[in-house]
Amino acid sequence: MSEYKKPLPGLDGLTGEFYDFCKQEALHFQRCSACNTFRHVPREMCAECNSFEWEWVKSSGKGTIFSWVVVNRALHPAFYDPAPDAVPMAPVVVEMEEGVRLTSNMVDCLPAELEMDMPVEVVYEVVTDTVTLPRFRRIKN
Amino acid sequence: MSEERLQLQASVAALHDAGLKGKEIDGILAFPNLGKSEAFAASLGSENLRFAATIHMGGASPVASLRMAAMAVTQGAANHVLIPGAWNGYSGARVRETVTTDKNSIPGGAIAWDYYLPQGLTVPPQWYALMCRRHMHEYGTTHEQMGAVAVAMRKHAQLNPGALMCGKPLTLEQYMASPMLADPYRVNDCCLETDGGAAFIVTTVERARDLGKTPIYIMGAASGQPYPADEFTTRKDFHQTGLSIAAPEAFRMAGVTPADMDFAQIYDCFTFEVIQQLEEAGFCQRGEGGSFVEDGGIELGGKLPVNTSGGLLSEAHSLGLGHVVEAVKQLRGEAGDRQVAGAELGVVTGWGDFGDGSIAILRR
Repeated sequence: MSEYKKPLPGLDGLTGEFYDFCKQEALHFQRCSACNTFRHVPREMCAECNSFEWEWVKSSGKGTIFSWVVVNRALHPAFYDPAPDAVPMAPVVVEMEEGVRLTSNMVDCLPAELEMDMPVEVVYEVVTDTVTLPRFRRIKN
Repeated sequence: MSEERLQLQASVAALHDAGLKGKEIDGILAFPNLGKSEAFAASLGSENLRFAATIHMGGASPVASLRMAAMAVTQGAANHVLIPGAWNGYSGARVRETVTTDKNSIPGGAIAWDYYLPQGLTVPPQWYALMCRRHMHEYGTTHEQMGAVAVAMRKHAQLNPGALMCGKPLTLEQYMASPMLADPYRVNDCCLETDGGAAFIVTTVERARDLGKTPIYIMGAASGQPYPADEFTTRKDFHQTGLSIAAPEAFRMAGVTPADMDFAQIYDCFTFEVIQQLEEAGFCQRGEGGSFVEDGGIELGGKLPVNTSGGLLSEAHSLGLGHVVEAVKQLRGEAGDRQVAGAELGVVTGWGDFGDGSIAILRR
């Protein structure tokens, strides 16, 4: 694998657990054990009921496109040097069936093909030996 | 020139304007990550510093600091509070560089680092573009309406000899032809990155009346945070900002309404943020900001002149302190060719991080 220079997440604490599930190709979100509210990004306690009891629950992996931005000019060195082919790219916000939203990228879709509320499902991209990032593809009817 | 020296120069200019000496400053509210109050006090000779703090709200900090300074002087915690700021946004490290090296320089800190940057969302125009596109989808806000903001700020800059874009007018056609940077944001939707500084001083009403210049009164001020403030994608109300909370409080405190304002200085990091803040501050209903800014509505001579100096988009990026300075100039009648005739009441806002908000209502 050639050296991956783009930003990588920290892998400490709850964030490390989130990305460990991604490495196992099983997107998980926290769910409060007291009021069943899902949450993302990971936090120590439930903001709805203030319970500290929670569990990781496997996501259906399905959601819809909530918003996106088409980046025509990269503004982070790792995306323009030495990777001029990184743009255009179109980071998206996906609203998951569980109700949480997360940022990602599509793997099978040009920026011009994105549509609001388009159904998508998670796939996984191994970017380094330690990090796998959740990405998305269209659900075709 | 260092950011410290720029801030000291601006501070000395503010002291001269107020007729004060550095040793009379006993409160300093420093901008986040741009120097410590202790260092400014040591240079200015502020030997009785007894009130110092920093409000961590990014571009909303200066107006939030204005409010905190008002609280401090009315409670007697300090008599003369200095609020300085300066940024070498052009010659120094650019935003696109600092985000790669300093987790603490990013709104949201580790959250952005761990969840946004790895997906290619590395800088503010990309984050805010996600908010803008959703607004366009839900309310029909258009590129032409965003362009109306850019054109208005640029028109005002033509009347401000100190504006970087003075002498460089912009038409809506030129705006629409400017390249996409982070679609829906074009290059001309984005603020300048400049070197510059500004400062202002807050004191009690009684003290201000004894000084040489026309006092400008703080009638109401407030700050607020969107929820959650450190992560914006999962907000239940995706369009809520800190201003949604702060503006009603500030107008209630001042005993006036948005319709009473003679001008507004709105933190214009990007064009859409002006539209959004006009909505959340109550100048129009949510979803109506686009039509509010059309047809010269926010230009001098329109129903609400906005950013009469040219703002961050066309004057300079002075971290939002410039908006306070411009409001004071307007209320004193010192705004030259861009003076709003008879201006008595005005509003200034700040926007920072993922939508932190601050607002102050000022009166002559």
